[in-house]
Amino acid sequence: MRDTKRSGKDSERSSRRQLLRMGAALGGGLVAAREKVHADDGTPGQLGIPLGPYGERSPYEKAVRWRRDSKTPETGSSFTPLADSVGTLTPSSLHYERHHAGIPTIDPAQHRLVIHGMVDRPLSLTVAEIRRLPSVSRTLVLECGGNSGSEWAAKTAPDVQRSYGLASCSEWTGVPLSLLLTEAGAQHGAAWVIAEGADACRMERSIPIAKAMDNILLAYGQNGEALRPAQGYPLRLIIPGWEGNANVKWLHSLKLTDQAYMARDETSKYTDLMPDGTARIFTYQMEAKSVITYPSGGQTLPGPGLYELTGLAWSGRGKIERVEVTTDGGRTWVSARVQEPRLPIAFTRFRLPWRFDGREAVIASRAVDETGYVQPTRDALIAARGTNSAYHFNGIKFWKVQADGTVTNVEA
Amino acid sequence: MWKLSAMLAVAAALAAQSPKYGVGRPATEEQIRGLGTAIAPDGTGLPDGSGTAAAGREIFAARCSKCHGEKAQGDMGPALVGGQGTLNTAKPLKTVGSYWPYATTVWDYVNRAMPFDQPGLLKPPEVYAVVAYILNLNGIIGNDQVMDAKSLPKVKMPNRNGFVADPRPDVGKKTKGQ
Repeated sequence: MRDTKRSGKDSERSSRRQLLRMGAALGGGLVAAREKVHADDGTPGQLGIPLGPYGERSPYEKAVRWRRDSKTPETGSSFTPLADSVGTLTPSSLHYERHHAGIPTIDPAQHRLVIHGMVDRPLSLTVAEIRRLPSVSRTLVLECGGNSGSEWAAKTAPDVQRSYGLASCSEWTGVPLSLLLTEAGAQHGAAWVIAEGADACRMERSIPIAKAMDNILLAYGQNGEALRPAQGYPLRLIIPGWEGNANVKWLHSLKLTDQAYMARDETSKYTDLMPDGTARIFTYQMEAKSVITYPSGGQTLPGPGLYELTGLAWSGRGKIERVEVTTDGGRTWVSARVQEPRLPIAFTRFRLPWRFDGREAVIASRAVDETGYVQPTRDALIAARGTNSAYHFNGIKFWKVQADGTVTNVEA
Repeated sequence: MWKLSAMLAVAAALAAQSPKYGVGRPATEEQIRGLGTAIAPDGTGLPDGSGTAAAGREIFAARCSKCHGEKAQGDMGPALVGGQGTLNTAKPLKTVGSYWPYATTVWDYVNRAMPFDQPGLLKPPEVYAVVAYILNLNGIIGNDQVMDAKSLPKVKMPNRNGFVADPRPDVGKKTKGQ
C-alpha cells in the first residue's frame, strides 16, 4: 500500500489519496506507511497528503450516526454517536437528524422567508437580507421530543447512541425572531406563529408568539459555517429548550394567527398519552437529563483499574447545577466534576475518577438543573405517566459494568 | 385553553411598533398563495371543492392503500382506522378515528404531506374525498356525506376533548434526601 511517488501532478495526488483511503480500509498498510514517516532507519521521510480546501477527519475515526433500516429512508431518525463524542459540542456532520420527506436541496439565492397573516406589513426576506441584521450566537442543545423513547419499554436500546442519541449540541448563529416579527408588525390578537418548512411535506408547527418574542433564533449558522442541508439550510428555527420537532428546518413561512393550527405533528404526534387515555398537548419543554457515555452499553473495560467515568448533562430550563453519580446501583451518590463554563440549555460534560475493582457495578448519573429540578427515576416517570406517552423520557439511566468489564443496559 | 392572555398582551405590545431596519420587501399576494394552504381547526384556509367517501374509496385504493393497507388497517404506513376505546389500555392504537382531535388536521396533512412519495399530488376535491373516506371508515361520517370547507370543520371527532395542557414538571421536583 505504500506510495513512493512524490510527483506534484494532480492525477498522482489523487491516486495517492485513493491509496491512502484503501490503506485505511485495509488497516495495516496505512499504519506501515505512517510508521515509515517517523522511522529513524536512515531512509528519507514521506510527505503527507497535500493541503485541502475542506477538511476531513482521520480515516481511523469511524464514529457515524446510526439509523434503522427503512423502506422509506427519506423519513426517520439518525442518532448521534454520543459514546464517541468528547467535550460538549457535536460536529455538524454527526448532529442527529429527523426528517419527514427527505432533505431538500435549496439554492439560498432563490429562497425566501415570508412573514404573513396577522401582520401590518407582510414581508418577504432573502437570506442575504436576514444575514445583514444584528445577529447572535448561542450554544444550545437540540433534542428530539422522542429521544430515549425506547426507554419507556421494558426492553430498551443496547447502547447510549441508540437510546440517547437524538440529542446534539451546536453553536447556532442567527437573528432573534422577535426582531423580524417587530419589523413585520404583529397585529393585536396575533397569538401564534405557524412555522412551515420548504421540505417536500412542508412540515409545520404552531408556536406561541410569547416564546417567539422571548428567545427564538432564526438561524443560518451552525458551528462556524452555514447550516448543513440536513439541519435546515439555509434557514431554520432554533427554540431554546423546546423539543426538536418545533425547530422547523428549511423555514420559508411564518404565519401569524389567533389560533394554533393543530398540525399533525402537534396532535397525532408529539402529544403524550397518559394512562387515563387523555393526552398532553403542546409539550414543547425539554427537561433536565443526563447519561453516562463512558462506560456505557456495548463498551468493554479492558480490566480492573482507574478510569475516568464521563457523560453529558443538559436541561431545557437552564444551566446544570450539579451532576451526581452512583457506582453502587443508586445506594450512594457523589457529585461529579462539571466542566466549566456551564452554559444554559447546552451539553454539560461531567467527569468522575472511578476505580473498577473487577466486581459487577451498576452506574448512573443524575442531573439537577438551576431551577432545582432533579432528574427523576424511570420508575417515577412511569408512575406518573404510564408507559405509553412515547415522548419526553428523561429518566436516570443505569448501566451494568460486569465483572469481565463488558457494559450492558440494565433494563435490556 | 391555549390562548393565554399573556400572549395576547405581548402581541398588543408588538402592534404598536414600527420597522427599524426596513429589511425585505412587501410580500405579494401571489407569494403568500404560493406557500400553499395551512388549515386552522375552524376551517380557515380550506379551499373550494368537495368530496364524499364514495369518491374517496377509489383514490384511496390508487394512492394510499399501498402503504396504509387495503382497508387502511396499516402496513408500511400507520393504521388510519380503529383503536376507539383503546387509548386508556395497555395497547393503545392511535389512529385518525381514535386519536386525532380535528378533521381539519387530516385534510391539512393529506394535502401537504401525502402520498408519501409524491406529497401535494392530490387536488382539493380529491383531498376532501380521501378525508371523507377515512372518516367514513372510522364510522364518523356517512358514505354520502359531502365534505367541503363548511362541513369539514363541523365534523365531531371522537377524541376531540381528549387533550389536556402540559402540567410538567409533574415529576422531578426537588425532594428531600436527593
